[in-house]
Amino acid sequence: MRRLTPLPPQRAADLVGRYAAERAGARRRFLIGLAVMAVLVVLAGYAAEVRPLVLAANIGKFTAYLGQIVPVLRPAHLGEDVAEWYWGLPKWLKLLGETLLMAYLGTLLGAVGGFVLCFVAAGNLVRSAALRFAAKRYLEICRTVPEIVFALIFVIAFGLGPMVGVLALAIHTTGALGKLFSEVVENIDMKPVEGLTGTGASWVETVRFAVLPQVLSNFASYALLRFEINVRGAGVMGFVGAGGIGQELLIAIRNFYYSDVSAILLLIVLTVFAIDLGTEKLRHHLIGAEGTQ
Amino acid sequence: MTGRTPSSLRATALAELDVIRARHPEQFRTDIAGRLRLLAVLGAILGLAAYGMWALEFSLARILGGLGRLGGFALEMLPPSAGGRFGVFLHALAETLGIAFLGTLTAAILAFPVAFLAARNVVPNPFARFAVRRGLDVIRSVDVLIWALIWINVVGLGPFAGALAIACSDVGAFGKLFSEAIETCDRRPAEGVVASGGSALHRIRFGLIPGVLPVLASQVLYFFESNTRSATIIGIVGAGGIGQYLTELIRVLELQQVAFLVLMILVTVAVIDWVSGRLRRAIIGGAAR
Repeated sequence: MRRLTPLPPQRAADLVGRYAAERAGARRRFLIGLAVMAVLVVLAGYAAEVRPLVLAANIGKFTAYLGQIVPVLRPAHLGEDVAEWYWGLPKWLKLLGETLLMAYLGTLLGAVGGFVLCFVAAGNLVRSAALRFAAKRYLEICRTVPEIVFALIFVIAFGLGPMVGVLALAIHTTGALGKLFSEVVENIDMKPVEGLTGTGASWVETVRFAVLPQVLSNFASYALLRFEINVRGAGVMGFVGAGGIGQELLIAIRNFYYSDVSAILLLIVLTVFAIDLGTEKLRHHLIGAEGTQ
Repeated sequence: MTGRTPSSLRATALAELDVIRARHPEQFRTDIAGRLRLLAVLGAILGLAAYGMWALEFSLARILGGLGRLGGFALEMLPPSAGGRFGVFLHALAETLGIAFLGTLTAAILAFPVAFLAARNVVPNPFARFAVRRGLDVIRSVDVLIWALIWINVVGLGPFAGALAIACSDVGAFGKLFSEAIETCDRRPAEGVVASGGSALHRIRFGLIPGVLPVLASQVLYFFESNTRSATIIGIVGAGGIGQYLTELIRVLELQQVAFLVLMILVTVAVIDWVSGRLRRAIIGGAAR
C-alpha cells in the first residue's frame, strides 16, 4: 500500500491560503446577495403595504375562520349533518359540471386555434419572417393577458354566462398552447419533411404526413396538461360573472356562509384531484404509446 | 445522371402505381381498425363539444353581436391614454411587483424545508411523504383568487392580502417542484458525505443543498415571472395591485385607460421575463461550470 506523503510546507500553506481566499470570496458574494435581497424585501414590503402587526393581530382570525368553515359533524347524527352541510349538492354538482364543460370547450377551442397557428409560428416550416412574426406576437398577446381580464371585457360585450368563460379560456389557451406546440414542431426530425418536399408534396401535405405523426402525441399531452390548468381557471370565472361554480363560492365567502365555503371548496379540490389523476394516466398512456412505436 | 426533377419522379411513380402496389401490399393496405378507432375518438370529442355548446347556451347571434361590440371597444381603446393618472397607475404597478416579489419569496422560504420532507431520498417513510404531498396538492388546487378572498377576511382589503394569497398558492407548487428537484439530484455527493462520517443533517447541508440550489433558484425566478401576471389580476377581488384599477376601468368602460393599463402590464411582464431569463441562464450556467 502506498503511503500518503504530506505536501511540502510551502505548497500546503499556499493551498490553505487559496482555500481561505476562495471561502472569503464566496462569503462576501453571499453577504452582498443577502443585502440586495434585504433592500428588495423592504422596498417590496413598503409597496405592498405589508403590516406584520396586522397579520400578527389577526392571525387568530385565520385559524378561527378555518375553524368556522369546518362543518359541525356529530358522529351520532352523521347522516343528517352531512345532508345539512351539502344542502345545495344538486345545484353545486350542476355548476361543477358546467365548470368542467367550460374547461373542456375552452381547452378544445384553444387547442384548435393553437394547432392552426403553431405551424405558422414554427421557424422550420415557414420561410416568411413577417408571417411568423405576426403569428408569434399574436400568440404572445393571447398568453400574457390573463384569462380573467378577457372574461371581464367579454362579459360586457357578450353578456353574462358560461359562454363568455369559454371564450376567455379559449383565447388564453390558444396563446399558451400555440407557443408550446410551435416549440414541439421546431424540434422535429426534418428528414421526413425533406423527403416529402422532394416528392413534390404541397405544404399542407407535408404538414399532414411528415410533421403531424411526429408531434401528435406531444400535442395531446400538452393539451391535457392545459385542461388541468383550465379546470382551475374555470373555477374562478364566476368571480366576474362568466359562469361556473365560482359565483356560488364568491357569494358564500362574501356573505360568510361558512359551511357552504368548505362544502364548495372541498368539491372543487376533489374535482381537481380527480382530473389531475385522470389526465396523468392518459398522458402516461400517450407518451408510453409513443415510446413503443 | 439523368436530371430528374421531383415532379417527373412523382409522374413515374404514379405511372407504375400498380407495380409498386403489387410489390409492397402492406404499405397500401387500409388500416380499417385504426381508422375506426380514430373516428370513434374524434366522434366522442366532437360529440362532447356539441353537447357542451348546447348546455352552455352558445348562440351564434350572441357571438356575432358581441363581436360587433368588441370591434367597437377596440376602436374606442385608441389611442391608449393614462387620462392624467399615470402616477397612480405607476404606484399600482409598483404595488403589483411588490406583491409578486414578496409572495414568491415567502412561498419559497416556507416550501424549502417542507420539500425535503416530501423527497424520497430524504424521508424514506412513504406514509409521512404521502401525507406531506397530499397536503401540498390540496393547497395547490385552490386558486390564487380564492386564497385572496380568504386572506381579505383576515387582514382586510389591500395588497397585503394579495401577497399572502400568492404565497399560499405557491407553497403547494414550490413544495412539489422542489421535492422533485431534490429527488433527481446527483446521489454521489450525499453518499460521499455519509461515507466520510457526516450525519443526516450534514448529508442534506453539504450533499444535497449545493446541488439543488441553482435549480430551485431558477424555478423561483420562473414563478416570479408568472406571479407578476397573477398579481395583476388579484385586484379583481380587492387584494391590491393594478387589477383593481383594471376592473374598475373596464366596468365603467374607460377603454383608453384600459388599453394603457394593459400596455403597461405587457411591457412590465416583458421586462421581468427578460431580466429573469438572463438571471436564470446565469444561475444554471454557473451550476454547469
